[in-house]
Amino acid sequence: MKDDPHTKEYDVIVIGGGATGAGTARDCAMRGLKTILIERLDFTAGATGRNHGLLHSGARYAHTDPESAAECIKENIILKKIARHCIEETGGLFVSLPEDGLDYHQAFIADCLKAGIPAEELDPAEALRIEPSVNPDLIGAVKVPDGSVDPFRLTTANVIAARMNGADILTYQEVTGFIKSGSRIVGVTLRSHRDGHEREVHGKVIINAAGIWGHRLAELAGIRLNMYPAKGSLLIFGHRINKMVLNRCRKPGDADILVPGDTICVIGTTSTRIPYDRIDDMEVTPEEVDLLLREGVKLSPAMAWTRILRAYAGVRPLVASDDDPTGRSISRGIVCIDHAKRDGVEGFITITGGKLMTYRLMAEEATDMACRKLGVNKECHTAEIPLPGSEETADDKKRRSHIIELSTEQKAAEERHGSLTGKIVSDDDAADALVCECEQVSVGEVNYAIDELHVHNLVNLRRRTRLGMGTCQGELCACRGAGLLERHDKCTQRSLDDLASFLDERWHGMYPVCWGETLVEIQFTSWLYEGVCGLDTSEVKVNDNPTQH
Amino acid sequence: MKFDTIIIGGGLSGLVSAIECARAGHKTAVISAGQSALHFWSGSFELLGHADGKTVIDNPLGHIDRLAETHPYRKIGYERVSQLLSRVPEILSDAGLKAVGSLERNHLRLTPLGFLKPAWITLGDYVALEAGSPLPWKKVALVNIYSYLDFYPRFLAHGLEKKGVECTMASVNIPELDILRKSTTEMRATNMSRFLTDTAVDKLAAEINKVAKGADAVIMPAVLGIYNDTPVERLRNKLDLPVWFVPTTPASVPGVRCQLSLRDLFIRLGGEFIPGDSVRKGVFEKNRLRRVYTTNLGDMPLDAEHFIISTGSFFGHGLIADMERIYEPVFGLDLNISGGRTEWYNKDFYASQPYMTYGVTTDENLRPTLHGDIVENLYATGALLSGFNALKEGSGAGITLATALHAASKITG
Repeated sequence: MKDDPHTKEYDVIVIGGGATGAGTARDCAMRGLKTILIERLDFTAGATGRNHGLLHSGARYAHTDPESAAECIKENIILKKIARHCIEETGGLFVSLPEDGLDYHQAFIADCLKAGIPAEELDPAEALRIEPSVNPDLIGAVKVPDGSVDPFRLTTANVIAARMNGADILTYQEVTGFIKSGSRIVGVTLRSHRDGHEREVHGKVIINAAGIWGHRLAELAGIRLNMYPAKGSLLIFGHRINKMVLNRCRKPGDADILVPGDTICVIGTTSTRIPYDRIDDMEVTPEEVDLLLREGVKLSPAMAWTRILRAYAGVRPLVASDDDPTGRSISRGIVCIDHAKRDGVEGFITITGGKLMTYRLMAEEATDMACRKLGVNKECHTAEIPLPGSEETADDKKRRSHIIELSTEQKAAEERHGSLTGKIVSDDDAADALVCECEQVSVGEVNYAIDELHVHNLVNLRRRTRLGMGTCQGELCACRGAGLLERHDKCTQRSLDDLASFLDERWHGMYPVCWGETLVEIQFTSWLYEGVCGLDTSEVKVNDNPTQH
Repeated sequence: MKFDTIIIGGGLSGLVSAIECARAGHKTAVISAGQSALHFWSGSFELLGHADGKTVIDNPLGHIDRLAETHPYRKIGYERVSQLLSRVPEILSDAGLKAVGSLERNHLRLTPLGFLKPAWITLGDYVALEAGSPLPWKKVALVNIYSYLDFYPRFLAHGLEKKGVECTMASVNIPELDILRKSTTEMRATNMSRFLTDTAVDKLAAEINKVAKGADAVIMPAVLGIYNDTPVERLRNKLDLPVWFVPTTPASVPGVRCQLSLRDLFIRLGGEFIPGDSVRKGVFEKNRLRRVYTTNLGDMPLDAEHFIISTGSFFGHGLIADMERIYEPVFGLDLNISGGRTEWYNKDFYASQPYMTYGVTTDENLRPTLHGDIVENLYATGALLSGFNALKEGSGAGITLATALHAASKITG
């Protein structure tokens, strides 16, 4: 490396490759700070990649948490401007069912309007007309500006923006300790998850944006944070049942949001407190699956006969403030801690709480604090400047679509990469060939992701391109993807191990819903890889913790 | 309509038993709902590749006595399995398929990812290596078709180099294939095989000759000969070096070829092949199946003296799982399954999966039970049967063929 990050002195070291960390790295870099972003595994490997992908209007919090609701609607409007290619403006409905009554409904509309959220009451028949998938028994409906946001794309775009503004990026580097000079933290020690090497990175301010893992990180600095993990489980369906986001109009509870996103839709969530030592090894239980389906069909009956692709669970990174066992009554409010003031440790900031929706605001607060510490007086512009990929306005895009006829895979790529799609080679037939037919991922797109988007394995590739996320769950594209990755990586054994681990990772999300066509699909996958291809665990090494990619 | 024998399911098992019934002079019909699982066949049949956690090379039949008593091989018995399976090369030959292999000793097939796995029968043009001996080549040329994604030269080289074979890699193109690249999903094995005929084969051979110089043999993806051996023979004649094929991911050329060849043999023997239809229900009288009704034929029944059901496992929709239970959808036959859905699987993808062993329960003559009673004129064969894990044993094709031939012999006497 001609520009070795381990010999530099950074202004800011941001730890955590979720939306908050990537957003903070972008903000810092845009304000001219010499920045490095460090992630222990892959971007979006934590809570960022394991939620609904809901672009909140704030309506969900309007009754219980007006402060969060107001933050949400502000960020909702900002993200629609700066992150166009990561967002779909589907609109959302809050529906009341007979068992919910209409009391909450009335208060809800008033609360929304108070928080600045446009909320329009609809006649049930009108709601059914604009959203035919909703339970026809509904007795009330409110339309709000909910939408969907792709957290993978959003995070990647922030990483690209940080890099374009001069930030360095390291993935698969875990912080193992802090380098101290007196009461001041001046750097971190890292261990590589890829080659096991230990290295150091030096910087003046360290920002802990590691989500729930920030608890452990703070411990390494001798600080107690008192975060607690609340697990939320979700189910992904094989296609979109609904056009608009569907919410139950009641106090937030289990399985009361159905979000359409990309080629699929997602129902969630549950909420269960889990021990801290289980945050790296979560699985969706049969009881959670039952509950999600039981409640979900009330929102949209079609769920009962729609194929479930997989189940997954994320951890809400909440800062403990009371003993509520469900973790729901706690505000998702942003917590930005200056550990110099709180704990007497100089040069260390924790940014946590909040939610995917407010990642940009969290980044702004953390960067403001870092700037104060560094004596830098630069304004934040992350709310005005579009993210890479979102430079083109919706009107521009519309005009262009009249002139250029795009193929389905070009359209799919443009959905994923926005105006950066031009970087994908598509001028020869070999580059246009599809690797993943379910999600229309071409050889060119795979190569672009490998070259520019920090891809080292199939899970990384999946998160950047959606390869393997479709109805076949990687059955036909996993080995093609492995073949292409191997051409770059040139380590055949590692590619075979990676392929074997990827199939196991896909299975991890499939077994909780292993009946119907999901069972058919996995039997086919097993026959193909273990049978026809002879993939044998005595000859390949399977990474036995699927969440650890 | 009346038949002597009706076979439900047009996969390997159904076709082979149908061929034997038709050959014996039975008026035979095959009702086939969709594409056969043969379409992703590797080009090799396995008899028993693994037993007691070890790879079986010598005397695979000799390991049958160590299998559980409920295993289909045990039900049929060692002697009978041996007799039945010795018929297979002749059936393949009648269908126009050349094959190598022996019941006494497994050979090794080369998989698309470069692993060597035990096999009993392998199609003539596909890599079949003698176990325990050095590989027959010092240097091979792994030749791909330009932009084809389902052939993995570097994975194959990795496997072959471990066995001391030097590998070179190249890809070739001929203009005849350019048309396929105009669509982003057309560069697949079975599509290419439709274009790789006649003079296109000569051009391909000329290109391969250029890049394979200095090697002992050419190894290439199975992209020729979906209907017959002619293109492969033509390629052999034009190539300077011997050529061997490696199967690809689905749909596979040897798989489609095998399915079509067996189907055509059945039709040549006078059989009635009914594609795209499925049996809705059966009428039973005194523990015998009298007639079946299909989706397409509506209320017109199909009567027969004997029936075989070979509808496959979950993948063939011979078994259906919903959230609560697993059932056999045609007749509701009794199944060998215990526990609810959390018992069906193992969380480790590569462990032995319980669902793989599920299927119908039968007596020693492979007659399934319905509500506890044997159906006297119905036989179940192939992947629909319970009591084995074909994937872990490396026994799928052997069991499929042995049970199909066993049922056919019971019916034809």
